[in-house]
Amino acid sequence: MSLVTGTAVDPATGFRVTRSRRNVAWTGAGALIVVVVLALFPYIVYSGTTAILVQAFIVLTLASMWNLLAGYAGLVSVGQQAFVGLGAYFVLILALHGASPFAALPAAAIGCGLAALPLWWLVSRLRSGYFAIATWVLAATVMLIIEKFSSIGGGTGMPLPGLSGLGATLLAADTYWAGLAVTVLALAGVYLLLRSRLGLVLTAIRDDEVAARSSGARVGLARLLVFVVAGIGCGAAGGLLAISQLQVQPSSVFSVQWTAEMAFATIIGGLGTIEGPIIGTAVYMVLQQTLASYNAWYLIILGLVAIVVALFARRGLWGLVDARLNLRLFPVGYWLQAPGTRRTR
Amino acid sequence: MTVAAGGRAGNGRPLLEVRDLVVHHGQLRALEGISVQVFPGEVYAIIGANGAGKSTLLRTIAGLHAPTTGTVAFDGQDVTRLRPERRARQGIVMVPEGRRLFGSLSVEENLRVGATYARPGPWTIERVYELFGWMRERRHQGTAQLSGGEQQTVAIGRALVANPRVLLLDELSLGLAPVVVQRFYAMLPRILETGLTVLLVEQDVSQALRVASRIHCLLEGRTTLEGTPAEVSAGQVEAAYFGLAGAGQGAAGPLAEGGES
Amino acid sequence: MAWVNAIIQGVLTGGLYALFACGLSLLFGVMKVVNLAHGDLAVVAGYVAIGVIAVTHMPVLWSFAVVVPVMAAGGYVLQRTVLQSALDRGVLTTLLVTFGLSVVIENGLLQFFTANTRGIGANLPLVQDSFSIGSQIQIAYLLVVIFAVAVVVLLGLQYFLSSSKYGRLIRASADDKEAVQLSGADYRHVFGIAAAAAFATVALGGIAYGMYSQLNPTTGTDTILLFAFAAVVIGGLGSLWGTLLGGIVLGVAQQIGAQINISDEVLAGYLVFLAVLVLRPQGLTARKARS
Repeated sequence: MSLVTGTAVDPATGFRVTRSRRNVAWTGAGALIVVVVLALFPYIVYSGTTAILVQAFIVLTLASMWNLLAGYAGLVSVGQQAFVGLGAYFVLILALHGASPFAALPAAAIGCGLAALPLWWLVSRLRSGYFAIATWVLAATVMLIIEKFSSIGGGTGMPLPGLSGLGATLLAADTYWAGLAVTVLALAGVYLLLRSRLGLVLTAIRDDEVAARSSGARVGLARLLVFVVAGIGCGAAGGLLAISQLQVQPSSVFSVQWTAEMAFATIIGGLGTIEGPIIGTAVYMVLQQTLASYNAWYLIILGLVAIVVALFARRGLWGLVDARLNLRLFPVGYWLQAPGTRRTR
Repeated sequence: MTVAAGGRAGNGRPLLEVRDLVVHHGQLRALEGISVQVFPGEVYAIIGANGAGKSTLLRTIAGLHAPTTGTVAFDGQDVTRLRPERRARQGIVMVPEGRRLFGSLSVEENLRVGATYARPGPWTIERVYELFGWMRERRHQGTAQLSGGEQQTVAIGRALVANPRVLLLDELSLGLAPVVVQRFYAMLPRILETGLTVLLVEQDVSQALRVASRIHCLLEGRTTLEGTPAEVSAGQVEAAYFGLAGAGQGAAGPLAEGGES
Repeated sequence: MAWVNAIIQGVLTGGLYALFACGLSLLFGVMKVVNLAHGDLAVVAGYVAIGVIAVTHMPVLWSFAVVVPVMAAGGYVLQRTVLQSALDRGVLTTLLVTFGLSVVIENGLLQFFTANTRGIGANLPLVQDSFSIGSQIQIAYLLVVIFAVAVVVLLGLQYFLSSSKYGRLIRASADDKEAVQLSGADYRHVFGIAAAAAFATVALGGIAYGMYSQLNPTTGTDTILLFAFAAVVIGGLGSLWGTLLGGIVLGVAQQIGAQINISDEVLAGYLVFLAVLVLRPQGLTARKARS
């Protein structure tokens, strides 16, 4: 049975298992249009706006990764900033050796994916509370270790080389397109992952871990894969961060605030749904832009909203929409049709 | 060996009254309009097969489960919305299924927790030690080192020291050897003579018939039989238990020799 | 001799860490609450003390008498409202909610007190001075006092848990909160009492830290939280004296790290923490392995 487009008929009972193809077609077309429009932005809007959108791209990428970890694999990581920082530093190191930071971006992402393997080995056996703390300690440790190397800036950081040749407008546009590419790849990657056989395992874990385990699903492998993918995604976001800030400072790229932002955006938007991080990021950006002049307020409000949502609206804003309209922009599920019936939606 | 005459002493009002109780476990209807009246001094036994709803009924009376509709009244007062700890303080104390002792506390500490919100009355920790002879010596031991039967006595003791008016016993015999179970039920008179009323759930039908003043049979959440042991025949009980229409008396029924259900 | 001094400093600092950690040990061990806002609560206590002293000009040591009960009451309320709701919804929600609280508290402090560091100063010789043993060992009186306070607090908590009515109820509720209801106890109230006790110790830790070192809005997560968890995990969950041992191990590890390389103090502590998490997550005092 082809998992992407096929249907299967069980000869004994006549039941059919299908996937939502019509929805995919519409969403795919819509997404394509959105991406094309976004790609044209540098020609249409001021670079101030594209810079804000780059921030949004970073948060959206991070949020979809955190959603994958916490919403699907049940891993509450409070240490993803380790990968954000590592991604930034990989880009810096490669740039110091003469590479273009843009070219270094994919390498940095992959480097973070590889780095995720030993880190996973360290924390994989720990249960939720211990796991969370362990990831936090790991991130703090990674930062302290990196700060020891003065060749990459030590404790104070250093500017990112390799971009001085470009004019300001072109740099802003290139950064924007890089951000768009990273985000599209991240969202597409998450979507394909969840639509695959592995995604079924993950959704099972999301719904009931004990049941998933006892039905033989490869829970451990699924989690490892998710951790690595999240490492890649966060690393890419970190590399993008370095490019957009034109410098790499440890206290900035390794800040736990990144985890706060990605966690809050995901929770508010809807944990365990693909659409959630998109909505959450939008809320986050709106809050940040309107309250930017009030310093720490946007984080206070974001945090309070996230707490309220976590307690009273577990599926977040998207969950509220989904419950009303029964809408799935990114369908990953299966339909079961009794013989002789039509699908009702 | 029979126990309580029980009775409609006093003003004839039931001590515990359940009316038209409907209880759901999620989407599953576990109890369908159950009504029970327990009078002071009685030993009221609820019997039925696994899944009949016996424990659900007891847990709802104790307050651990909220009914969908129906009422629970204690001494004339409606306690349906009362939290379980408030009901315990008023005198409805349950010995839960599976003992559920506090694992990190010693035997005596378990009893002391039970006595924390005790009503005034004859039962004290000392008296529990007198009732169960082995306990005093080992009162500082952890509960994990006790046998199943010993754990059950601690659980009962923990409930007794609260000086309940109604003692709810949920599946006393679960996981215990028949000899041990019989010893428990032999103690029932000493518990009753202090003025308690007992509502118990029991899988072992013959045991229940021996000690109860009235029995109530449940099947898939419905009442299939009510009455005193003297009133009901073995065949009626068997039919009610298994849901058979007018079953005859078989040798392999729940009332056969040996009394296994 | 410098090493001996380092070890002594480490041991004494362990007392401070144990003071932070014992509240966490209580909440984590009893109610399975991983309170990611723990460090920030200590900082809040410190700031409240600073504020109270600034407004009323009372002697520093009196501030304890004000801040500790206030924090205890606050802890009861927070537990009965927010934390209990989060606990009812599961571990994930509790982590998310306490993380949210941590961020809100830190940014709230940042907003109202700015990022400047502050300390709780006192012009008492007990607080300012130190004594020497030989030429290489110098010990601050304050650190010794904090260590003594930590020991007293641990003794008190131990006694409270083992021999008092609420201590028994707390342990019983941690074992089986449904069964404790059957014995007439409202476990929400019992957990509230446990939280109040935990917050009281956190307040002591926060004020002590404010006197020993400096506070700023992010000290809670920069420093205190991870050190508190390290002490609890290294020592072993479920044992208060284990928490003191864990604090001492952490403190000594840090001082040894500092001896090797002055900037590696914190890193050394984290590495030991990680080692314990990977190799023996049940801690040093636990008898059997927990998964």
